[in-house]
Amino acid sequence: MREITYAQAVREALAEEMRRDERVFLMGEDIGVYGGAFGVTLGLIDEFGPERVMDTPLSEAAIIGAAAGAAVLGMRPVAEVQFSDFLTIGSDQLVNQAAKMRYMFGGKARVPMVVRTPAGSGTGAAAQHSQSLETWFMHIPGLKVVAPATPYDAKGLLKSAIRDDNPVVVFEHKLLYKTKGQVPEEDYTVPIGKAAVRREGIDITVIATSIMVLRSLAAADRLAEEGISVEVIDLRSLRPLDAETIVKSVCKTGRAVVVHEANKFAGFGGEIVGTIVESEAFDYLDAPVVRVAGKDVPIPYNPHLERAAVPQEEDIVAACRSLMRQSPRWRALA
Amino acid sequence: MAESTIIAARRVDLPPERLVHMYRQMLRIRHFEEQVDLLFQAGRIWGTFHLYIGQEASAVGAIEVLEPDDYITSTHRGHGHSIAKGASIPLMMAELRGKETGYCRGRGGSMHIADVEAGNLGANGIVGGGIPIATGAALACKKLGNGRVVMCFFGDGALAQGAFHEAVNFAAVFKLPVVYVCENNQYAMSMPVARGLGSTDITVRAAAYGLPGVSVDGNDVLAVYEAAKEAVNRARRGEGPTIIETRTYRWRGHSKSDANRYRTKEEIEAWKQRCPIRRFGSFLEGLGILTPVDRDRMEREVEAEIQDAIAFADSQPDPDPAQLADGVYA
Repeated sequence: MREITYAQAVREALAEEMRRDERVFLMGEDIGVYGGAFGVTLGLIDEFGPERVMDTPLSEAAIIGAAAGAAVLGMRPVAEVQFSDFLTIGSDQLVNQAAKMRYMFGGKARVPMVVRTPAGSGTGAAAQHSQSLETWFMHIPGLKVVAPATPYDAKGLLKSAIRDDNPVVVFEHKLLYKTKGQVPEEDYTVPIGKAAVRREGIDITVIATSIMVLRSLAAADRLAEEGISVEVIDLRSLRPLDAETIVKSVCKTGRAVVVHEANKFAGFGGEIVGTIVESEAFDYLDAPVVRVAGKDVPIPYNPHLERAAVPQEEDIVAACRSLMRQSPRWRALA
Repeated sequence: MAESTIIAARRVDLPPERLVHMYRQMLRIRHFEEQVDLLFQAGRIWGTFHLYIGQEASAVGAIEVLEPDDYITSTHRGHGHSIAKGASIPLMMAELRGKETGYCRGRGGSMHIADVEAGNLGANGIVGGGIPIATGAALACKKLGNGRVVMCFFGDGALAQGAFHEAVNFAAVFKLPVVYVCENNQYAMSMPVARGLGSTDITVRAAAYGLPGVSVDGNDVLAVYEAAKEAVNRARRGEGPTIIETRTYRWRGHSKSDANRYRTKEEIEAWKQRCPIRRFGSFLEGLGILTPVDRDRMEREVEAEIQDAIAFADSQPDPDPAQLADGVYA
């Protein structure tokens, strides 16, 4: 199969869905000739024109709200919010309007809209252009939230999001845009709400999303050399959450590590831990469930500080080793 | 307070039955709101609501211009807009009572009454929250080429919201078919407009977006109609948005909890002298379109209609808690 980048995969999803359905259109800041801050929409304006690849004023509330208003009338807008940090500026329209419109109106409205947004740290953009705010939005009934880790999923989940009749927020990690992966040329979708087991293992379940999946897989390679067998689950969707896949895996391994880039306090790791301990997996736990997450600081500018603020491969390795040392079987062997 | 107490003499290009219909719509809003207040005092409506009494000419004059398949967005003070857009009063009453058969199946209440199929894209609990939604709806109308327009209502308080600026600028940039109707009822809750806005001149604001702006006596239903007509025509011609200010006054408190500490009885009384319904009624009598007997009869008909709606709502079932999560997702 051919390999393309994550950014190309996103662009293909947008182009194919616009060709497939004339109700689909794009709105965002500098997404036309400029191609978007990360070049994701580069060239789309040439094929689809400025009516369907709309450069908007710098107005996140208007972009998200206009997407919601257009969606209620049957269009399928895909809004790009240039940095996920800017979701805060438009969040009334997302949280109080788009997410709740259907329920408030007694189930009599559909809001088929997508908000795509580059997220995460690692680019030296500091505190207002580097956050991972997915937990804010997965807390809101009425929204769906996805965070693809691979080019295949970036394309397949975005297509599902565009075809979904609910508001879907797609978090795309900036550092993933240039990563490559296999993506088929024919049409396919990845269902929202289904996790993927990226690597099978028997000792520890590592649960991650987005770029943390890649770091968890790299950590799993190293741990395998030490005889620790790690199962890596890529959640892909945060809401709805595939609790079944998580619980099944933890029942098998008896140990769980949740990895996310967002700072630990009130991050989605708490929700995953809650999901595990409220389930039958609780009875299978051989050790406390551990969260490997960002430090509770704004993302700093200096590259050494920035790196220290979010989980790296070695942090995941260390957490897994420590967990194995705590568990009864390994203590008995020691 | 420079407003007249009478309807200004003007050429009326509406047939008598339309004028009578407008008068009836204003009466229906007034009586609906009065009964809602009584029902609340009697403990039969709970939560909160925001009464439109005193502002009826604004909703009726503006919405009367629209075609049935045009759209509106409304505000927390939205009962008047719903009724003017043709909402069923029994279904509104059922919603205020939280009933399963209400407009929102009892999930929305006063601040979220909507009827998307009928072009009412919803009241809104967030001040200014509907302005971007209306703008997006207008964008959809333009893309669909369906010739429809969106009329977006909001109060003077929303002029201080960022969403107003973002959405109006957005609509101006794309020349969207939307009419922004700012109902200036003189207070953003307790904040008088002169203290809450750097400029109270809507035409200055409109000019800043490159848009026409017009300010009208919002208690004169025909003045509102004329301004709205021009704005809707302009929008339908593809020439973009207009901002209209309707200068009016809410007689009652902001919501049920308002003790009116920020204004005087004299001020309220002075505005009541310019009751939009009485003014329009007198005007129609002057034209010989209605007699005092007609007006009494219409009042009684409307009262009966509202009482029937209350009885209907009484008879309706509450939502089943087992269906609590219905409608979160499509």
